[in-house]
Amino acid sequence: MSLNRIFDIAGSGMSAQSVRLNTTASNIANADTASSSTEEVYRARKPVFAALVQAEMTGRRFTTPFSDDPASAGVEVKGIVESQAELEMRYQPDHPMANEQGYVIYPNVNVVEEMADMMSASRSFQTNVQVLDTAKIMMQRALTLGQ
Amino acid sequence: MAISFQNALGIHEKALNVRVQRAEILANNLVNADTPGFKSRDLDFKAVLGAESERQSQLDMAATHGAHIGAAGSGPNGELLYRNPTQPSIDGNTVDSQIEIAQYLQNSMDYQASFQFLNSKFKGLTAAIKGE
Repeated sequence: MSLNRIFDIAGSGMSAQSVRLNTTASNIANADTASSSTEEVYRARKPVFAALVQAEMTGRRFTTPFSDDPASAGVEVKGIVESQAELEMRYQPDHPMANEQGYVIYPNVNVVEEMADMMSASRSFQTNVQVLDTAKIMMQRALTLGQ
Repeated sequence: MAISFQNALGIHEKALNVRVQRAEILANNLVNADTPGFKSRDLDFKAVLGAESERQSQLDMAATHGAHIGAAGSGPNGELLYRNPTQPSIDGNTVDSQIEIAQYLQNSMDYQASFQFLNSKFKGLTAAIKGE
Protein backbone atom coordinates (compact mmCIF):
# COMPACT_ATOMS: atom_id res chain seq x y z
CA MET A 1 0.00 0.00 0.00
CA SER A 2 1.56 3.21 -1.07
CA LEU A 3 0.05 5.17 1.80
CA ASN A 4 2.84 3.60 3.79
CA ARG A 5 5.30 5.46 1.63
CA ILE A 6 3.91 8.78 2.81
CA PHE A 7 5.16 7.86 6.27
CA ASP A 8 8.67 7.36 4.89
CA ILE A 9 8.48 10.59 2.90
CA ALA A 10 7.23 12.74 5.78
CA GLY A 11 9.70 11.00 8.12
CA SER A 12 12.62 11.88 5.88
CA GLY A 13 11.40 15.47 5.84
CA MET A 14 11.14 15.62 9.60
CA SER A 15 14.61 14.22 10.05
CA ALA A 16 16.04 16.67 7.50
CA GLN A 17 14.35 19.59 9.23
CA SER A 18 15.68 18.49 12.59
CA VAL A 19 19.21 18.39 11.15
CA ARG A 20 18.62 21.94 9.95
CA LEU A 21 17.37 22.92 13.40
CA ASN A 22 20.46 21.31 14.90
CA THR A 23 22.84 23.34 12.73
CA THR A 24 20.88 26.49 13.57
CA ALA A 25 21.20 25.73 17.28
CA SER A 26 24.92 25.13 16.88
CA ASN A 27 25.35 28.36 14.91
CA ILE A 28 23.46 30.50 17.41
CA ALA A 29 25.26 28.91 20.35
CA ASN A 30 28.61 29.67 18.74
CA ALA A 31 27.71 33.12 17.45
CA ASP A 32 30.13 34.80 19.85
CA THR A 33 32.87 32.18 20.07
CA ALA A 34 36.02 34.23 19.75
CA SER A 35 39.20 32.94 18.18
CA SER A 36 42.65 34.31 17.45
CA SER A 37 43.15 32.82 14.00
CA THR A 38 41.00 32.55 10.89
CA GLU A 39 41.64 28.79 10.67
CA GLU A 40 40.31 27.95 14.11
CA VAL A 41 37.31 30.23 14.17
CA TYR A 42 33.82 28.69 14.02
CA ARG A 43 32.05 29.14 10.70
CA ALA A 44 28.30 29.03 10.22
CA ARG A 45 27.12 25.58 9.13
CA LYS A 46 24.36 25.00 6.61
CA PRO A 47 22.75 21.71 5.59
CA VAL A 48 22.33 20.99 1.87
CA PHE A 49 19.01 19.39 1.01
CA ALA A 50 18.47 17.15 -2.00
CA ALA A 51 15.46 15.26 -3.25
CA LEU A 52 15.75 11.54 -2.62
CA VAL A 53 15.11 9.31 -5.61
CA GLN A 54 12.64 6.53 -4.97
CA ALA A 55 15.04 3.75 -6.04
CA GLU A 56 17.58 4.81 -3.43
CA MET A 57 14.99 4.84 -0.71
CA THR A 58 13.60 1.37 -1.27
CA GLY A 59 16.93 -0.08 -2.33
CA ARG A 60 15.54 -1.55 -5.53
CA ARG A 61 14.60 -0.35 -8.96
CA PHE A 62 11.36 1.47 -8.67
CA THR A 63 8.71 0.92 -11.30
CA THR A 64 6.29 3.77 -11.25
CA PRO A 65 2.86 3.47 -12.82
CA PHE A 66 3.44 6.95 -14.18
CA SER A 67 6.07 8.17 -16.62
CA ASP A 68 9.46 6.54 -16.99
CA ASP A 69 11.41 9.14 -15.04
CA PRO A 70 12.06 8.10 -11.45
CA ALA A 71 9.72 9.84 -9.08
CA SER A 72 11.50 11.19 -6.07
CA ALA A 73 10.36 10.26 -2.59
CA GLY A 74 11.53 12.22 0.35
CA VAL A 75 14.41 14.50 1.08
CA GLU A 76 17.92 13.84 2.32
CA VAL A 77 20.69 15.94 3.79
CA LYS A 78 23.50 15.72 1.24
CA GLY A 79 25.98 17.24 3.61
CA ILE A 80 26.72 20.15 5.87
CA VAL A 81 28.80 22.95 4.44
CA GLU A 82 30.56 25.80 6.20
CA SER A 83 29.54 29.28 5.18
CA GLN A 84 32.10 31.23 3.14
CA ALA A 85 30.79 34.60 4.33
CA GLU A 86 33.19 37.25 5.59
CA LEU A 87 34.50 36.68 9.12
CA GLU A 88 34.14 39.43 11.65
CA MET A 89 37.38 41.04 12.85
CA ARG A 90 37.15 43.16 15.96
CA TYR A 91 39.97 45.27 17.37
CA GLN A 92 40.13 44.27 21.03
CA PRO A 93 43.80 44.34 22.15
CA ASP A 94 42.96 43.55 25.77
CA HIS A 95 40.96 40.43 24.88
CA PRO A 96 42.72 37.19 25.96
CA MET A 97 42.22 35.72 22.47
CA ALA A 98 43.62 38.74 20.61
CA ASN A 99 46.35 38.05 18.03
CA GLU A 100 49.60 40.04 17.61
CA GLN A 101 47.82 42.84 15.77
CA GLY A 102 45.22 43.06 18.57
CA TYR A 103 42.37 41.59 16.54
CA VAL A 104 39.88 39.00 17.72
CA ILE A 105 38.12 36.94 15.05
CA TYR A 106 34.42 36.22 15.47
CA PRO A 107 32.34 33.69 13.53
CA ASN A 108 30.42 34.64 10.38
CA VAL A 109 27.12 33.72 12.01
CA ASN A 110 24.27 36.06 11.15
CA VAL A 111 21.92 35.64 14.10
CA VAL A 112 18.96 37.28 12.33
CA GLU A 113 19.36 34.92 9.39
CA GLU A 114 19.61 31.96 11.77
CA MET A 115 16.40 32.94 13.56
CA ALA A 116 14.56 33.16 10.23
CA ASP A 117 16.00 29.77 9.29
CA MET A 118 14.88 28.34 12.60
CA MET A 119 11.30 29.50 12.08
CA SER A 120 11.27 28.14 8.54
CA ALA A 121 12.54 24.75 9.75
CA SER A 122 9.97 24.66 12.52
CA ARG A 123 7.11 25.49 10.11
CA SER A 124 8.27 22.84 7.64
CA PHE A 125 8.41 20.31 10.46
CA GLN A 126 4.83 21.18 11.40
CA THR A 127 3.73 20.76 7.79
CA ASN A 128 5.27 17.30 7.73
CA VAL A 129 3.49 16.34 10.93
CA GLN A 130 0.22 17.47 9.38
CA VAL A 131 0.91 15.38 6.29
CA LEU A 132 1.56 12.35 8.51
CA ASP A 133 -1.59 12.97 10.46
CA THR A 134 -3.73 13.17 7.33
CA ALA A 135 -2.15 10.01 5.91
CA LYS A 136 -2.90 8.28 9.19
CA ILE A 137 -6.57 9.26 8.97
CA MET A 138 -6.70 7.99 5.38
CA MET A 139 -5.23 4.66 6.44
CA GLN A 140 -7.60 4.33 9.37
CA ARG A 141 -10.52 4.92 7.02
CA ALA A 142 -9.21 2.27 4.64
CA LEU A 143 -9.21 -0.24 7.49
CA THR A 144 -12.91 0.28 8.08
CA LEU A 145 -13.84 -0.77 4.53
CA GLY A 146 -16.95 -2.95 4.49
CA GLN A 147 -17.90 -2.26 8.08
CA MET B 1 -22.84 -17.28 -10.66
CA ALA B 2 -19.83 -15.45 -9.35
CA ILE B 3 -19.89 -11.83 -8.34
CA SER B 4 -17.67 -9.70 -10.55
CA PHE B 5 -16.06 -7.25 -8.20
CA GLN B 6 -14.61 -5.43 -11.18
CA ASN B 7 -18.12 -4.56 -12.38
CA ALA B 8 -19.69 -4.20 -8.97
CA LEU B 9 -17.22 -1.69 -7.60
CA GLY B 10 -16.97 0.39 -10.74
CA ILE B 11 -14.66 3.35 -10.94
CA HIS B 12 -14.41 4.00 -7.21
CA GLU B 13 -11.70 1.44 -6.57
CA LYS B 14 -9.52 3.01 -9.27
CA ALA B 15 -10.30 6.49 -8.00
CA LEU B 16 -9.18 5.51 -4.52
CA ASN B 17 -5.88 4.21 -5.91
CA VAL B 18 -5.23 7.38 -7.87
CA ARG B 19 -6.02 9.44 -4.76
CA VAL B 20 -3.42 7.50 -2.79
CA GLN B 21 -0.83 8.01 -5.51
CA ARG B 22 -1.60 11.70 -5.66
CA ALA B 23 -1.30 11.98 -1.88
CA GLU B 24 2.17 10.48 -2.14
CA ILE B 25 3.24 12.95 -4.82
CA LEU B 26 1.90 15.94 -2.87
CA ALA B 27 3.57 14.72 0.33
CA ASN B 28 6.81 14.52 -1.59
CA ASN B 29 6.38 18.12 -2.79
CA LEU B 30 5.81 19.32 0.76
CA VAL B 31 8.83 17.48 2.08
CA ASN B 32 11.01 19.07 -0.59
CA ALA B 33 9.73 22.60 0.08
CA ASP B 34 13.27 23.65 1.08
CA THR B 35 15.25 21.63 -1.47
CA PRO B 36 17.06 23.86 -3.97
CA GLY B 37 16.10 23.20 -7.57
CA PHE B 38 13.21 20.89 -6.74
CA LYS B 39 10.26 21.21 -9.12
CA SER B 40 6.77 20.75 -7.74
CA ARG B 41 4.87 17.91 -9.40
CA ASP B 42 1.29 16.76 -9.64
CA LEU B 43 -1.04 14.40 -11.44
CA ASP B 44 -3.83 15.38 -13.77
CA PHE B 45 -6.46 13.41 -11.86
CA LYS B 46 -9.04 13.56 -14.61
CA ALA B 47 -6.62 12.30 -17.27
CA VAL B 48 -5.28 9.48 -15.08
CA LEU B 49 -8.72 8.29 -14.06
CA GLY B 50 -9.94 8.59 -17.65
CA ALA B 51 -7.05 6.42 -18.83
CA GLU B 52 -7.73 3.94 -16.03
CA SER B 53 -11.41 3.54 -16.85
CA GLU B 54 -10.62 3.29 -20.55
CA ARG B 55 -8.20 0.50 -19.79
CA GLN B 56 -10.87 -1.22 -17.75
CA SER B 57 -13.19 -1.32 -20.75
CA GLN B 58 -10.51 -2.81 -23.00
CA LEU B 59 -9.44 -6.40 -23.09
CA ASP B 60 -5.88 -7.02 -21.99
CA MET B 61 -3.70 -9.48 -23.82
CA ALA B 62 -2.46 -12.28 -21.62
CA ALA B 63 1.32 -12.45 -21.15
CA THR B 64 1.97 -16.18 -20.91
CA HIS B 65 5.70 -15.94 -21.59
CA GLY B 66 8.40 -13.77 -20.02
CA ALA B 67 9.39 -12.34 -23.40
CA HIS B 68 5.89 -11.13 -24.22
CA ILE B 69 5.55 -7.41 -24.65
CA GLY B 70 2.39 -5.66 -23.54
CA ALA B 71 0.18 -4.24 -26.27
CA ALA B 72 -0.17 -0.50 -26.70
CA GLY B 73 -2.58 0.91 -24.18
CA SER B 74 -1.76 -1.60 -21.50
CA GLY B 75 1.48 0.16 -20.52
CA PRO B 76 2.01 2.93 -18.00
CA ASN B 77 -0.23 5.92 -18.33
CA GLY B 78 -0.91 9.12 -16.49
CA GLU B 79 1.88 11.64 -16.82
CA LEU B 80 3.54 13.08 -13.77
CA LEU B 81 3.40 16.77 -14.61
CA TYR B 82 5.15 19.86 -13.30
CA ARG B 83 3.19 22.57 -11.56
CA ASN B 84 3.26 26.13 -12.91
CA PRO B 85 5.02 28.12 -10.19
CA THR B 86 3.17 31.06 -8.71
CA GLN B 87 6.13 32.37 -6.74
CA PRO B 88 9.33 30.78 -8.03
CA SER B 89 12.23 31.26 -5.66
CA ILE B 90 15.79 32.20 -6.51
CA ASP B 91 17.16 28.71 -5.81
CA GLY B 92 14.95 27.15 -8.52
CA ASN B 93 12.45 25.60 -6.11
CA THR B 94 8.85 25.84 -7.31
CA VAL B 95 7.07 24.36 -4.27
CA ASP B 96 4.47 26.66 -2.76
CA SER B 97 3.71 25.09 0.63
CA GLN B 98 0.32 26.79 0.98
CA ILE B 99 -0.93 25.52 -2.37
CA GLU B 100 0.49 22.06 -1.76
CA ILE B 101 -1.05 21.67 1.69
CA ALA B 102 -4.42 22.87 0.38
CA GLN B 103 -4.24 20.38 -2.48
CA TYR B 104 -3.13 17.65 -0.11
CA LEU B 105 -6.03 18.23 2.26
CA GLN B 106 -8.50 18.47 -0.61
CA ASN B 107 -7.13 15.23 -2.00
CA SER B 108 -7.60 13.64 1.40
CA MET B 109 -11.24 14.77 1.50
CA ASP B 110 -11.78 13.43 -2.02
CA TYR B 111 -10.22 10.18 -0.86
CA GLN B 112 -12.79 10.00 1.91
CA ALA B 113 -15.57 10.68 -0.60
CA SER B 114 -14.34 7.92 -2.91
CA PHE B 115 -14.03 5.68 0.11
CA GLN B 116 -17.61 6.42 1.10
CA PHE B 117 -18.82 5.41 -2.36
CA LEU B 118 -16.76 2.22 -2.33
CA ASN B 119 -17.97 1.39 1.14
CA SER B 120 -21.60 1.80 0.17
CA LYS B 121 -21.01 -0.49 -2.82
CA PHE B 122 -19.80 -3.15 -0.41
CA LYS B 123 -22.73 -2.52 1.88
CA GLY B 124 -25.05 -2.94 -1.08
CA LEU B 125 -23.41 -6.26 -1.95
CA THR B 126 -23.68 -7.47 1.65
CA ALA B 127 -27.37 -6.52 1.76
CA ALA B 128 -27.96 -8.40 -1.49
CA ILE B 129 -26.22 -11.51 -0.17
CA LYS B 130 -28.11 -11.50 3.10
CA GLY B 131 -31.37 -10.76 1.36
CA GLU B 132 -32.65 -8.70 4.22
